[in-house]
Amino acid sequence: MIRFGFGPRPGETPPADPVAWLDAQLGPEAPLPPGPSSADGLRARAADLAERNRNGGIPPRQGQAIAIARAEARAWAERRLVAEQPFRERLVDFWMNHFTVSRRAGTVSVLAGAYEREAIRPHVTGRFSDMLLAVARHPAMLFYLNNAGSIGPDSPVGLRTRRGLNENLAREILELHTLSPAGGYTQQDVQDFARILTGWSVAQLREPFGYIFRPNAHEPGPKHLLGREFGAGEEAGEAALRFLATHPATARHLATRLVRHFVADQPPPEAVRAVEQTLLDTEGDLGAAARTLIRLPQAWEPLLTKFRSPSDYVLAACRALGLPPERANLVLTGLAALGQPLWSAPQPNGWPDTAADWATPEALMRRLDWAYTLAGRFGQAEPREVAEVALGPLARAETVTAVSRAGSVRDAITLVLASPEFMYR
Amino acid sequence: MTLRPTRRGLLLGLAASAALGRARIAFARTEGNRRLVVVILQGALDGLFAVQPYGDAALAGLRAPLVLPEPGQEGGLLDLGGFFGLHPAMPALHALYAAGEAAVLHAVAGPWRSRSHFEAQDFLESGGAERLTSGWLNRALAALPNSAEARAGIAIGPGMPLLLRGPVPVGAYAPPGLERPPLELIDRIAELQAADPLLAPVLAEGLRARDFVRHTLGASAAEDRERRGFVRLAAAAGRLLAATEGPRVAAMELGGWDTHAAQPQRLVPMLRTLDEGLAALKEGLGPAWPQTAVLVVTEFGRTARVNGNTGTDHGTGGAAFLLGGAVAGGRVIADWPGLGEGRLLEDRDLMPTLDLRRIAKGLLRDHLRLPEAAVARAFPDSADAPALAGLVRA
Repeated sequence: MIRFGFGPRPGETPPADPVAWLDAQLGPEAPLPPGPSSADGLRARAADLAERNRNGGIPPRQGQAIAIARAEARAWAERRLVAEQPFRERLVDFWMNHFTVSRRAGTVSVLAGAYEREAIRPHVTGRFSDMLLAVARHPAMLFYLNNAGSIGPDSPVGLRTRRGLNENLAREILELHTLSPAGGYTQQDVQDFARILTGWSVAQLREPFGYIFRPNAHEPGPKHLLGREFGAGEEAGEAALRFLATHPATARHLATRLVRHFVADQPPPEAVRAVEQTLLDTEGDLGAAARTLIRLPQAWEPLLTKFRSPSDYVLAACRALGLPPERANLVLTGLAALGQPLWSAPQPNGWPDTAADWATPEALMRRLDWAYTLAGRFGQAEPREVAEVALGPLARAETVTAVSRAGSVRDAITLVLASPEFMYR
Repeated sequence: MTLRPTRRGLLLGLAASAALGRARIAFARTEGNRRLVVVILQGALDGLFAVQPYGDAALAGLRAPLVLPEPGQEGGLLDLGGFFGLHPAMPALHALYAAGEAAVLHAVAGPWRSRSHFEAQDFLESGGAERLTSGWLNRALAALPNSAEARAGIAIGPGMPLLLRGPVPVGAYAPPGLERPPLELIDRIAELQAADPLLAPVLAEGLRARDFVRHTLGASAAEDRERRGFVRLAAAAGRLLAATEGPRVAAMELGGWDTHAAQPQRLVPMLRTLDEGLAALKEGLGPAWPQTAVLVVTEFGRTARVNGNTGTDHGTGGAAFLLGGAVAGGRVIADWPGLGEGRLLEDRDLMPTLDLRRIAKGLLRDHLRLPEAAVARAFPDSADAPALAGLVRA
């Protein structure tokens, strides 16, 4: 519950058979959570823009797009506060971070929740190639990494307007999402892959308010990626993405990232090999990879090897205190205060995933400030029960003693949340 | 007859008064009074946009939508000596240049040829030809003494840049926003964490850094709340570094330079923020400014040609800035490779002609006055990039 979930809530007891409990969460896809589609989001944005134009350039005070973005963030926090399938939610968050889109890029803001539901969530126990294709066609990603405006220089649009390629999406798919630099691609591969993806764009101000392939912006002629020839047209992009998704370097890269996230900052090579082999054997079945992951001996011994990221820490604390979903806002402000605001990674490589990145002096001090501030809101709680929920059998004698000796409820809860055993998962 | 004091006489007079009271302390610490600030621009600044070589005939052909009018024309560049012009969003830097306190370095790059942000940032900050787990500035700190109150190095901002990670403990500062536990509760938290080999030293450093910040910034920190983000951080950094017993070396990061599209709209506000931040840093440093050098670097430059979205893609050669009262400024330091036919690297990027490590090594040797061995530890395997002389005033 601690390593693969978000930490227990009051009344939840550790499962007798943890692997079976986790396995059950990887079963057939639960119904998708409700929420506006990316087309709804783009329509809302278009409506805001139209109103701004009517008002002589002044944006609406409470735009539809902002309202959607706020509701999506709240829904994210509410769902995780009470999640009954926390492992599945954690996988969703892992893949969201793998395929980062950031609200720091304006248009992404209204689309991030829809991106999770449309491109990520349906595939977390499905095929990686399907997830990659869904991501590469999603307006959030096409805007975030600028492919929506990438024009084949020799396409009709390119010849007429003299506009050209934008390499950003092609480069980051190769570097971050699939092969990683270990895959040995070249600058020429990046450029040719960018040519392959020309025309993958978005209709943002008209129907269908979503992904479209623009044949007039697509670079004609054959292109080469890692020595393979791909023709012209949308199918060539699909073929290239499927080729990359099942490339051995991709399996190695994904396995390393999964093991680093769920097992240890320094991924044990044999653990990486096991997950990698599963991905190779199953042509990238992410459900199978997750089942291998939870059966790794390294995943269960030693425990508490992963320093909790701000997101892990805030959710675990709020869950341990039984924070009701109506107060989900506290989760979101906590993420921002501790330097990991929701869906806002500073760069396309997403949030970092090791203690070296998060356990820094000022970050730890702020974590204690936040814990103390939060504890101030739970003056009615029973500290020993909070310790029991939050730490369970992992509580050390020193912590139990310190909590029992604390001069106030607030201090006692702060000590639970500040104990080293609560800092890890 | 009036007695005209000679330079030697002045020096002797200074030495004589140094025997008295506080002046003696100040004199004794002269060697350790130099300040170095490194600002990392994450995302790759387009050096050809910030510092435009308007004297190069090939410039407009490559990137007409990004080129500004020549100096003296309306909305034009700020002249840097007849060939290069600074973007007008950076008036404070230009004023420092005119005062001889800022230099521009152009056609610079590290030894790496990676166009990956994340690899290149790691190389830039670690200082190695391969990825290292510690930063060159951290390794350089091994040769600097800590003061009684603060670590010699300090990270400004919520994160700890790789540049300052490593074996030498460093302080940190980020602006507050939450309630802080009372010191007594902190003591008990420290007792609980004492058994944890990772957290115990991190907490100790966090406490140490906060202690120092509280003593130094004190009540006037309220003034800083008016300012935002980077400018506010830079102002605080200046004041922390100005403290007599404060840190001597600071690192800060500023992201948002990855301008693949709509570059003018996105880059001008960034340049303005950087310019205001550098001005705030100078203001915060106050009387310590004459002993200060500030190095502003980025992981690589951007393509010489404009791309299909009025942006630029990942390139190689770029620009860096060096400013401070200690800097021998008022010049552009560049062995200009040219932008014309056949001059670009891979027919695409500004050809780098100056290794970034030479600049950093020059500052460690001539500004912080580190011994050769310490400079070599900061930049292992860099014999091919000797320290660049003459960056700071003698």
